[in-house]
Amino acid sequence: MDKKFNIGQKLVASPYIVWVAVFVVVPLLMVAYFAFFGDEGKFTLEYIKSVGQYSDIFIRSIWMAAVATIICLLISYPLAFILSRMSKKTQSTMLMIVMLPMWMNFLLRTYAWMTLLGNEGLINHLLGMIGLGPFKMLNTVGAVILGMIYNYLPYMILPLYSVMEKIDPSVLEAASDLGCNRIKAMFRVVVPLSIPGIMSGITMVFVPAISTFIISRMLGGGGNMLIGDLIEMQFLGNAYNPNLGAAISLVLMVIVLIIMAAMHQLDSSDDDRVLL
Amino acid sequence: MKKLSKLYVSLVLLFLYVPIFVMIVFSFNTTKSRSVLSGFTLEWYAKLFENELILKSLGNTIIIAVCASIISTLLGTLAAIGISRMGKFGKATVLGINNIPIINPEIVTGVSLMLLFVFFKARMSMEFGFTTLLIAHITFDVPYVVLNVMPKFRQMTPHIYEAAQDLGCGPFKSFIKVVLPEIMPGIISGFLMAFTFSLDDFVISYFTSGPTSQTLPITIYSMTRRKVSPEINALSTIIFVVVVIVLVVKNIMERRSLNVKKYADDDSAEIIE
Amino acid sequence: MENVISLNDIVVSFDGETVLNNINLDIKDKEFVTLLGPSGCGKTTTLRIIGGFIQPDSGEVIFENKNITKLPPYRRNVNTVFQKYALFPHLNVFENVAFGLRVRKLPEKEINKAVAEMLELVNLKGFEERNVQNLSGGQQQRVAIARALVNKPKVLLLDEPLGALDLKLRKEMQTELKRIQQSLEITFIYVTHDQEEALTMSDTVVVMKDGSIQQIGRPVDIYNEPQNAFVADFIGESNIIDGIMLKDRLVAICGHEFECVDSGFDEKQPVDVVIRPEDITLTANADEKIHGVVRSVTFKGVHYEMVVDSSDFSWLVHSTKAPEVGSEVGILFGPDDIHIMNKMKG
Repeated sequence: MDKKFNIGQKLVASPYIVWVAVFVVVPLLMVAYFAFFGDEGKFTLEYIKSVGQYSDIFIRSIWMAAVATIICLLISYPLAFILSRMSKKTQSTMLMIVMLPMWMNFLLRTYAWMTLLGNEGLINHLLGMIGLGPFKMLNTVGAVILGMIYNYLPYMILPLYSVMEKIDPSVLEAASDLGCNRIKAMFRVVVPLSIPGIMSGITMVFVPAISTFIISRMLGGGGNMLIGDLIEMQFLGNAYNPNLGAAISLVLMVIVLIIMAAMHQLDSSDDDRVLL
Repeated sequence: MKKLSKLYVSLVLLFLYVPIFVMIVFSFNTTKSRSVLSGFTLEWYAKLFENELILKSLGNTIIIAVCASIISTLLGTLAAIGISRMGKFGKATVLGINNIPIINPEIVTGVSLMLLFVFFKARMSMEFGFTTLLIAHITFDVPYVVLNVMPKFRQMTPHIYEAAQDLGCGPFKSFIKVVLPEIMPGIISGFLMAFTFSLDDFVISYFTSGPTSQTLPITIYSMTRRKVSPEINALSTIIFVVVVIVLVVKNIMERRSLNVKKYADDDSAEIIE
Repeated sequence: MENVISLNDIVVSFDGETVLNNINLDIKDKEFVTLLGPSGCGKTTTLRIIGGFIQPDSGEVIFENKNITKLPPYRRNVNTVFQKYALFPHLNVFENVAFGLRVRKLPEKEINKAVAEMLELVNLKGFEERNVQNLSGGQQQRVAIARALVNKPKVLLLDEPLGALDLKLRKEMQTELKRIQQSLEITFIYVTHDQEEALTMSDTVVVMKDGSIQQIGRPVDIYNEPQNAFVADFIGESNIIDGIMLKDRLVAICGHEFECVDSGFDEKQPVDVVIRPEDITLTANADEKIHGVVRSVTFKGVHYEMVVDSSDFSWLVHSTKAPEVGSEVGILFGPDDIHIMNKMKG
């Protein structure tokens, strides 16, 4: 091929490279700068250290996101498997139906639960008719976790489905032929083959769940602050402190990276995927 | 077993759809109550269409989404062409950086851009508004365009670029005539993905927009802060209907093109036999 | 010899379409049985019935005198070699072969021994740790066979196992499979659409078409005494000519009377007359009862293949000598070469 043209072709990427450098790399470096350098431009660990004061919020965020992720996995796994064994035509329709709610803005989806869970909401109203309640459901930990599950469930279903769909039915028949009943075939064949899907599903649910600030604010009231709320407050809230906000963001990124590295490690079969 | 599967699928679908249907039902309710139906009205829809803030932010959202998706499609397609010609190391590096906005928590992308724009504001008196919002949207859209176009180069029929040159096309003409049509599906799906992400984005917009450039999700957010507002139900219903129509049309079109392809395959099979 | 498997009156339909129409088949112990037929004839469905992957609408499957019709695949003492092998992509060669033994929770020692033996049998010693996805088609094939055989099934089912291999490898594997079958002394039920494969490997060939069995017999019998024109045509190329039975041992073809060896047909009964291309002799004498013009001559390596146009039929002829294209020739065949068959229905 024309050598000159080849170089020309490489050059067409340069506007993009400049863009990514200025608007992706530089902003992240600025986050790091703000986290480690104070107003006078002097290096300090003060901000990173003060993140420690909020360890309860970090722990709460991690466990709530973890609970939501696990429940998502438990709900999605059978669903994805059932979908993947349907006829091809039904599969595409069903998948569309399952994914459809995701196309609505997540604020609206979360708002829907506010309507349902409130003290004067529909659920309490219906329970009241059979003489129960009212229960305090809105502004609780449970409501926030429910909101996470509801919003991010499709992110778990999709990767699981796409690995399971590739499992050849004859492989399952082979397992059956070799002495596996349904349950044994599930654990000996389907689960090992769907590990890449499980891992990417976990990442795709856990990362947005741990960093959300809308779900906790809308369904958790003021009392269930998460890392996201904490960051938002440092930048747009009353507690304006971009240095602390940057430090918290940095810690959040590290947590996310650790989770992703762990998932990647567990899924060693998938080597050709490009991760950070 | 079959019955159990069906029951399970129905239960999950119920979980996914009940909240949405409740919203739709209550969007026609005469009172602001969230639990008692008291009569049918289109009042909330009327109010919605009188609400200038909503209409204006809808306009903003569409303008931003169109501009951001077009620019990022151009930028991303050119990038994919360049990246596909790079060596192994260059490719891995660029794609690694390309993935940052995708895997980073949205809030971190949002605040990092905000810090940059604050810096710009101080040095170059650039206000938060349309420009910052557009930049932010392009930034999170481009990676998806790149990811959609890149695989098309790998799937491309081998040697067609050389074949076009062999048949007398110059390098540029060969590209336009044979390479572009092959990567077009990737470009289109990248564009559509960028467009929908832009329409839908809240978190990053929240940190990078100014008071004059509010998008619909931001307006929705401020409405939900006021707790009871049945207009949101009406808005949700409209959005839901639009989404259903778009997806059904898309599905039908895909199925049709799939069928055409199937017939084409059958023909070729017959010829071989 | 005793029957190891019997299919009695098996009927299967998918979406209202009958796939198997009243199949009756007895398979003897240690036999190599081939189900042969064009695609869509129901041969794979028959195999899947025996494997337990499909339940028949009616009829029963008898295995060693026990009715196993309702038994799921994992409770049957038969194993399958799948069409595209269906190896477990997450397991290496050793673990693929060991799969069935692990499910049965055999002690590790026994598993190691059995797997090693099997890999030796299929010539894959030293491949234990290999990823199955990086093996060649022939090697994957061997893993699939070892994985099934290690469970010591009474019957091995093979669903077009060589279909994905190239010609040379296929010939090798044919011999190999035959060797394995004979050394293990178990029953093989083999599905193929390749008539040559069926004839070379089998003890018994079952020819199928449109969900019914056309003929069951030894390869030699199937070839020499096809029961109808379909079998004759499917087993090697044939000239199938409309004829009318005049009386016992006399048939009319192309307006001429010929002596033949078949009897027992009605007088004036329309029949299919099958004449193998290699049974026809061409003569330079264009005055024979049937004569024609040589339209084409193709060299096939061992013989020439010729098409000769007579007034009402195009004859396919195999011979080691070839006349000139365009020359007038006589077409000769003896009474032994004429096979008379009932007209096929439909």
